[in-house]
Order: sequence, then structure tokens, then C-alpha cells
Amino acid sequence: MIAIIDYEAGNLTSVRLGLEYIGVECEITNDPVKIASAERVIFPGVGAAGAAMEGIRQTGLLEPIREVVASGTPFLGICLGTQIIFEFSEEDGGTPCIGLIPGSAKRFTPSDPMCKIPQMGWNTVEIRRPHPLFEEIEDSSEFYFVHSYYPAPSDPAYIIGETEYADVRFASAVGKNNLFATQFHPERSGRIGLKLLENFSRWNGKC
Amino acid sequence: MLSKRIIPCLDVRNKKVTKGVRFQGNIDLGDPIEMAVAYSDGGCDELVFYDITASAERRPIDIEMVREVGRVIHIPFAVGGGIETLDDMYRVLLAGAEKVSVNSLAVKNPPIIAEGARQFGSQCIVLGMDPVRCDDPRFPSGYEVTIRGFRERTGIDALEWAKRAEDLGVGEIVVNSVDADGTRDGFELSLTRMISTSVRIPVVASGGAGTPKHLIDVFNEGAADAAIIASMIHTGEYTIGQIKDELVRAGVPIRRKW
Repeated sequence: MIAIIDYEAGNLTSVRLGLEYIGVECEITNDPVKIASAERVIFPGVGAAGAAMEGIRQTGLLEPIREVVASGTPFLGICLGTQIIFEFSEEDGGTPCIGLIPGSAKRFTPSDPMCKIPQMGWNTVEIRRPHPLFEEIEDSSEFYFVHSYYPAPSDPAYIIGETEYADVRFASAVGKNNLFATQFHPERSGRIGLKLLENFSRWNGKC
Repeated sequence: MLSKRIIPCLDVRNKKVTKGVRFQGNIDLGDPIEMAVAYSDGGCDELVFYDITASAERRPIDIEMVREVGRVIHIPFAVGGGIETLDDMYRVLLAGAEKVSVNSLAVKNPPIIAEGARQFGSQCIVLGMDPVRCDDPRFPSGYEVTIRGFRERTGIDALEWAKRAEDLGVGEIVVNSVDADGTRDGFELSLTRMISTSVRIPVVASGGAGTPKHLIDVFNEGAADAAIIASMIHTGEYTIGQIKDELVRAGVPIRRKW
């Protein structure tokens, strides 16, 4: 069973539909007991960092999230879920976040005024080091992105995949032990994205 | 590099995909679910569904169709037509759509767009606009916004409306040229370029796609971030793969593997 954490930050339907399509059992939940006992956990989210952190505090999920990651349960962050596992986000005037990986989420500040924000659409992910979640996925495959802020880990050792947009090469996939997180949406990235979800559904949390 | 997006548009009426010229004389083309799967497997980057009679028949959008689409394709899709309330938006998103497209509603009730963007996130609120060429000093951009499928003029300047929508918090604007719709004579490049270079959010060109050359032009000259196609693939004249091959040859950044 995969627990999809519901902290009232956006629409979780597409994640559920993606997992159901590949035949993986899942449940959308904000119950700390179910999260603690899940075989794997997905931490999605869209919207703004400030409201998301507020939602996490109000639903009492801050400690349960930290504990399930510390316990070694395979954990997948997606989009906003990825940004707020860092220590800090520049969004909403600066938002302290969960702090599971050292670093922050930074705003795109392109020099070209014609460069659109958010980045919306398909972009390539260059795999920087092999990871079980990228198994059987070709290097430079394209995934679907929608975001105005990007993950910036303070230690490059956490970078698994990189993507270029708005004058920066940013960490579009990061990993630390049983924690893996993508800025892109695997559940919206067609067959290749479903492959990543399938890899996650079999992952034991080891690299 | 971020790829330009190719977005097939499925106008749905009575559970069938249909296509007309300038919103008139529609003929049925096929089953929306089967077509969605075929286009997704064929390499389209996103899809958009318009329940084109929901608004006129004053009924809510066909939510069961949205659910079924969400179950079978796993790329982003937008849904429009018959969205009247925040609850309508919520139901469409909860059924599995990535985005809701609002058009007449945005003109009639702008605050609801701002509220939708605040509640669900800007990225899932798409403004659809149907500008028509209009040589009248009241419209400095040369285009007036129409609603209800060109049946009603609004007195609003197209460029001014695009900027206003950006301020309201929409995440993307679909510019559907009434003059070019269904003609297959090419996109209205100057209109697309004017709007795309005046806002900071992505702009999707719509109306007039007939050949791969039209798409090359709308990305290069029209500065579009994405383009909607319909007749040229619905008729079977082109496949998405063929269109993408031509775009790649022309040097347009395009998603090539799926």
C-alpha cells in the first residue's frame, strides 16, 4: 500500500489515477497512523509553499512526515512536495520548510523578459547519477513541469537529475537515502512517468 | 530546453467529438475517450476538451467523461465548457483534469477567476479567449473579445483583457482567433505574437492550424508557447508524429520520445 499524503495542497487525483493504472494499491490520507504503517509514501502538492506549510502544521503532519522518512520508508516527493522538503523556500516572502534535505527552493529570475514564468510543459532531465527510480528510463527523457521555484540542494551530492530553464541548470530530481523527489510530475509524464512510479512501487529505499 | 507543446482539441457534443468552421456546421468525428488515447499514444503533449453544448444547454459539464479520460491518459488535459462556479472547477479538477478552461465566465465574473486561482493554484486556471478582428478605435489592439462561441461581443479589447487575466491570476491563456477558427489557413500570427509578448504567462495559439508549416510559423513568428490543432489530425490527414518530425526539422524544440 502506498499512502498519498493529503495536506490540502492541491489535487491528488492524478497521482492516484497513475498508480491505479499500473495496478498499485494506494490511499489518499492525512492519518498519521496510516502514513507510519504504509509500505511507501508519496508526498505531492501544488500551490504555494506558505499555504502548504500551514496545511501541514494544521493537519499535524509535520512530525509524522519527519518520522516516516527517518524510519527508512521509501518516500517520493513531487513538485511542491519536493520544494518543501528543503529547509527553506523563497516563496511567500520566505517560508521555513520541513528540512529533510539541506538547501532551499529558489525563484526563477530570468534575464530575458520574454522567458515565461511558470515553466509549464515538457523538459529534459539529464540523469547525473544512476538511481533505482530511473531504471529503464533513458537519459534526457522529457517530463512534465509546472513551477516558478526550483530545488537548490546545498550539496551537489543530492542531485540525481538536472534540467535547464530560465538561465539555470537546476536539480529536477534529488535523492537522499530512502528519500527521492522530483520537481516534475511523473503522474503527468505519460508512459515514462508511469515507469518512474512503477520503479518507486518496487523500490526498497536503498540506492 | 522547454519543448513547444502540441495540443489536440476535442470539441465534444453528445459524447462525440465534433468539428465545425467558425463555430458552425459541426460534424461528428468519433469517441472522445478513444481519440484521447490515440492522440496520447501518438505523442501529443497535452489535450483539451470542450463540452461545447454544456453552456448553451445550461447544464453542468459531463463529469463522467472527464473521469474516464483521467483513467486512461496520463498527460495533462484541460476541460472547458459549462464552468459556472468554483464548485464546477473543483469537480473537474477532482475528476482528474489538470486544468479548467474558462471563457464566458471570466468575462461575466472576473473575481471568480481570481478566487479559483487562489484556491486551486494558477497553474490549473486557463483563460480561453475568442478575439475577433475589429477596426474600431475603441479597441487599440485591433481585436475585440467575443463570448458564447462568437455569438456575443463584449466591448473589451483583447490585449487589455489578456493583461487583466494575468493580473487576476490565470496560469495560461488560450488565444483562439475567431477569424481563423476552422479555416486551416494558418494561425493569426500577429495576434498571437502581440499577446504572447505582452504577458509573462504561457500563451497557447488556437484557430487555423492546417499544415505543419502553420505550427512552425506560430512558434517562430507568433512566439506561442503551445499550439492547438484539431481538423488536421481529426481528418487523418496528418499524424502527430508527422507534424513533430517537420517541427524538429525546422529546429523547433519538441518532445520527441514518449
